Order: sequence, then C-alpha cells, then structure tokens
Amino acid sequence: MSYILGISAYYHDSAACLLKDAEIIAAAQEERFSRIKNDESFPTEAIKFCLKFANISLAEVDHVVFYEKPFLKFERLLETYVHFAPRGLKSFLKAMPIWLTDKLFIKKNIAKALNTIDPTWEKSRPILFTDHHHAHAASAFYPSPFEQAVVLTVDGVGEWATTTVSIGNSAQLTLKKEINFPNSIGLLYSAFTYYLGFKVNSDEYKVMGLASYGKPIYKALIYDHLIHVKADGSFLLNMDYFDYCTGLSMTNKKFDKLFGHPARAKDEELLVFHKDLASSIQKVTEEIMIKLTQSLYKEFGIENLCLAGGVALNCIINSSIRQHSGFKRIWVQPAAGDAGGALGAAFSIYYAHLSGVRNINLQADGMKQSLLGPCYSQHEVIKTLRVYGLNYEKAEGDLYHRKIAAYLNEGKVIAYFKGRTEFGPRALGCRSILADPRKSEMKAILNAKIKFRESFRPFAPAILEEFADLYFGTGAKNRYMLFTERYLGDHNRHQANHAVLIPGAVHVDGTARVQMVNEAYHPDFHQLITAFYKLTGCPAVINTSLNVMNEPMASSPEDAICCFLNTEIDILAIEGLLIDKKRIGL
Amino acid sequence: MDTLIEFFHFLTQRKKYWLWPLFIILLMLGLVLVAAHGSVLAPFIYSLF
Repeated sequence: MSYILGISAYYHDSAACLLKDAEIIAAAQEERFSRIKNDESFPTEAIKFCLKFANISLAEVDHVVFYEKPFLKFERLLETYVHFAPRGLKSFLKAMPIWLTDKLFIKKNIAKALNTIDPTWEKSRPILFTDHHHAHAASAFYPSPFEQAVVLTVDGVGEWATTTVSIGNSAQLTLKKEINFPNSIGLLYSAFTYYLGFKVNSDEYKVMGLASYGKPIYKALIYDHLIHVKADGSFLLNMDYFDYCTGLSMTNKKFDKLFGHPARAKDEELLVFHKDLASSIQKVTEEIMIKLTQSLYKEFGIENLCLAGGVALNCIINSSIRQHSGFKRIWVQPAAGDAGGALGAAFSIYYAHLSGVRNINLQADGMKQSLLGPCYSQHEVIKTLRVYGLNYEKAEGDLYHRKIAAYLNEGKVIAYFKGRTEFGPRALGCRSILADPRKSEMKAILNAKIKFRESFRPFAPAILEEFADLYFGTGAKNRYMLFTERYLGDHNRHQANHAVLIPGAVHVDGTARVQMVNEAYHPDFHQLITAFYKLTGCPAVINTSLNVMNEPMASSPEDAICCFLNTEIDILAIEGLLIDKKRIGL
Repeated sequence: MDTLIEFFHFLTQRKKYWLWPLFIILLMLGLVLVAAHGSVLAPFIYSLF
C-alpha cells in the first residue's frame, strides 16, 4: 500500500491530491483555503487538509510528485526568446529574474515547503516530476470508466506541448502525438479572452457565456488570418498577430487593426462587436476540436474518448464533440484545468512508476462525484454560527429537505452547504446557491443581487437523473456539468408529459449546462431535489456556486456565512441547520 | 548550485548545447543583479535596461 501526494502549483490554480494506491482519498485547491481566486502559491493548506483527512503525517507519504517539469519549461522559455530576439527583451528581463531566483529551483522549494509543513520530512527525499500534459492525460484516463480510450489534452501550454493525443489501455498510457508551443488552441482562446477585456487563464468561461449572445460573423477573418487548420485538425497559428511569445500581452496592434477595434478595457461596455467576436472564436474553437476528434476517431478506431486540459472545461465544445466526433462515449475530467494536474500526476506515479493494477468500474468513474475536499461536522458549524451570533433552526432528514423545498417554492434563494467541498470549478450540490428554475426572472435576481456579476452569465440546472431525458433528450448523462444539452422547452413530448418548465435555468441560446443528479451517487442532493419535485412537480433546481464574483467557491462554514451575510441570499442551509435572514432580523 | 549543475546535465542530455552560452550569460547577469541590489552598482545596471 502506498500513499502518493500530487502537487500542482506556481502557475495558476494550485492544488494537492492524496492517493492511497489507486483510490483518491482527498483533493483540494489552495484557493479554497487562501480565499485568493486561482491561487498559484504552494498548496500548503491543501496538503495539510489531505494529510489530516487521511489521518497520516507527511512522513508516511511514500511518493511526492509535481505536475510538470520546470527544466523543460525553462528550456522552452530560453529557446523562444532566442528565436524571437531581439524582440521580447522587456518580457525576457521580467521573466528571467523570477526563474533564476525561484522557478528554476522548484524541487528545492517544494522540499523546503514540505519540511515546513512537517519538520520530520527530510529535504533529501526524492520528488518526482511528470510532464504537464501527461498529468492531464492521466487525470482524464485513469479515473475514467474505460478500459481503453483515446486521451486528448488541450490547454494553453505546459512545458512545450499545448495539445497531446495518447492511447490509454488498462494501466498503460502512451503518448502518440503532440502539438507544441506557440501553436495552441488554448492560447488562441485566451488571446480573445484578453482582447474582450477579460482575465486570461481565469475568465475564458465568460467568453463562452457571451458567445451565445452574438453571431459568428468574424469566423472567416479568423481562419483567413490567425489560424491554419489542416484536414486532421492539427493547426498553425500566425504569430504576426499575437504577442504572447515576446510581449507582456496576448495580442498586438496588428490584431487590433484586423478587427478594427482596440482591445476592450475591463469595465468598458460590451458591444455587439464583442458578442459577435466571442461567438466567432467559440465557433472556430469548436470546429477545430470537432475536426481533431473526428480524425482521431478514424485513425485509432477506439470508441471511447477522455478529455482534460483547460479547453475541456468548455462544455459547449464537449457537447459538439459528443455529437459530431464519432466517439460513442466521452469522459471529461471534472477538474480539467491545472488543479486536476495534481491528481493526474499522482495517478501517473501509481500506474507508471509503481506498476499499479487498474480495476475499472464500468458503471461509475473513480472521482467520487468530485466531492473530495474538506467537510465539517454540525458541531463545528454551530461553533462558527455562535461566533457570528446567528440563531438557527435544526431539522433532520426528510423534514430538513422539505423545509428547504418550501423555501425554494416561495422564491427564496438558498445557500446550501453539505458534506465535502467539490474539487474543480463546478459546484455540484455541496457548496451551492439554489433557486427555483420555474421563474425566468430568477437569473436576473441571482446575477444582480447575489453573485454581483455580468448580466449575460448563465445558470445551470441540477436535475434528477430519471427526469433528464424528458427535459434534455437522451444525451449522455453527465454528473459534472461538463456538457450542455438542448432544453426541450415546449417540445411536443415535453408538453404531452405536462412537465413543469424551467426557464430560469436555461441560457439565451436554449441550452443548459446540466448536472444530472443520481440517487445512488449523490443521495443527499437527490433527496433535496426530490422534496422540491414532490412539492412543485419540478424535478430540477438552479444550481450555481456558493460565492460572489471574483471570489473562490466557499469551502468552510465561515466562507458560507460570509457569503450569506454579504449578499441577498435568503436562507443558509448548512449541515442540518437553517438560518433565515428575515427571522434573525438581518 | 546543485540545481544549476543539474540543469546543465539536462541541456546536455537533450543535446541543446547551443543554449549553454545563453544560460551562462544569464547566470552572470543574474549574479550581477543580485550583487548590485542596493549597492552603488544599481544605478549603472538599471540605466542599462
């Protein structure tokens, strides 16, 4: 039996994951503790949590693995600067001191940080390193319910690779081909994210949400000038328009000239132009990914596809791949971004380094619903509530769920806190804000009064799995909000069944990023939605993450209480306790 | 120092010999910058960039 600690850090969204052989014991992102969104610092608190949860000391961990190879990354930086010299001097002078004093010494820094966590940890103990994209591929394949699969990873950039294709076969994961920096779908999408006035490596999902409001009228311009896509879906970027190799921004003046506008400033108004551009890059990325996956399906003749890397968090693209690629089954790692690299790195050590045997459960994946973070007892919650002077009402089991359902039926917004925190960017019913999806005005209320975010941002439904077909057709069941489904709305069949409509959880383009809630795998959340269904006939609730804009998702009771107190959320339902803002006079 | 030697071995293993000179220059520059930090050399170094 081996404990393996996987770490991702120093770029964005740092995280830690603890495996006991092939079983994920715990995983958490550092941002949930530090309260800094996409925190890149060494995941000290996440590691401490993993160890505490497993009730072991750091000295009992058999292997520590980091999710990428810093030397390879540094080599890429040097080669890029040489290639573009003398351009890029400014960026070079900015990057080099950080590398020469810090990032090049990651192995030592990790050893030092681990020694600080546990002084009995010897700094001389080996630390292992995996390739960035191998970590992504491992995170996509090993926990998947597939014996054999094509594994596609697509993100901004790791060391050199930006896109990789591997074949997973039982415990073997073999790299077949890759596309290297600076050609990158992830960076192309990020360049548009930057140009549209959003934050790179963080706000790409906003571009995806905005895309539904526009028309893809700039598609031809993008294909003609920015990217050349080959028949097999591989691609080359025209670096004349991008600045990320040498400069301190993603795009350059030539890019501005191509689209006839300067890059949008953060708080500038969103024009039709911006919506059309978001729609265009979304469509182009979608088409490239379809071409790529279609060619992989033809080439390898394998029915299953696994996806990871930041681009795999684009649920519209995932759905298009499912529809058009030819693959019969698709599994996407719920923590597809860099946080999931910690998990993949650990899996990679278990299977590749320790020759672990893979036991596949064809019915369920190995992610435990991605509920892998910290949990808190009712006693701990009560202690925190007392600190804030909040009175509560206790309710148990079915009564607790019925009371919450009644609140939802009254149009109240609920902060719902139960069990372990989600690992990955989606709230899946443990750190969620819930609302009634029958009311279409609920979207505006949630965006303006609770999330304090842009009006174009959509909300997702969590629906009882047994009703998913009725509302969204017979697509693949996804429990992680990683695919969008077309809402059947007033479709004949839907009407014939007299199903209650859920306009509050449907995006402007008639789709929804659905979480299907399974009775066996997510019993508490299933019971809650069932209570709402029994009361109203509606088998779904709006489910969005328990946080406000630009803050990480809540993790501890204190985070949830702060979110509750600082927004217009009506009810806090936390581990069998109910706090009604009206009743306590707030 | 171990890390720097390790990186040299790494470049050798990957046959990227042509990156040696750049890395050596960088190291020397790094040393100068570290030495110059807060010293009388600082204005001279900063005026270069």
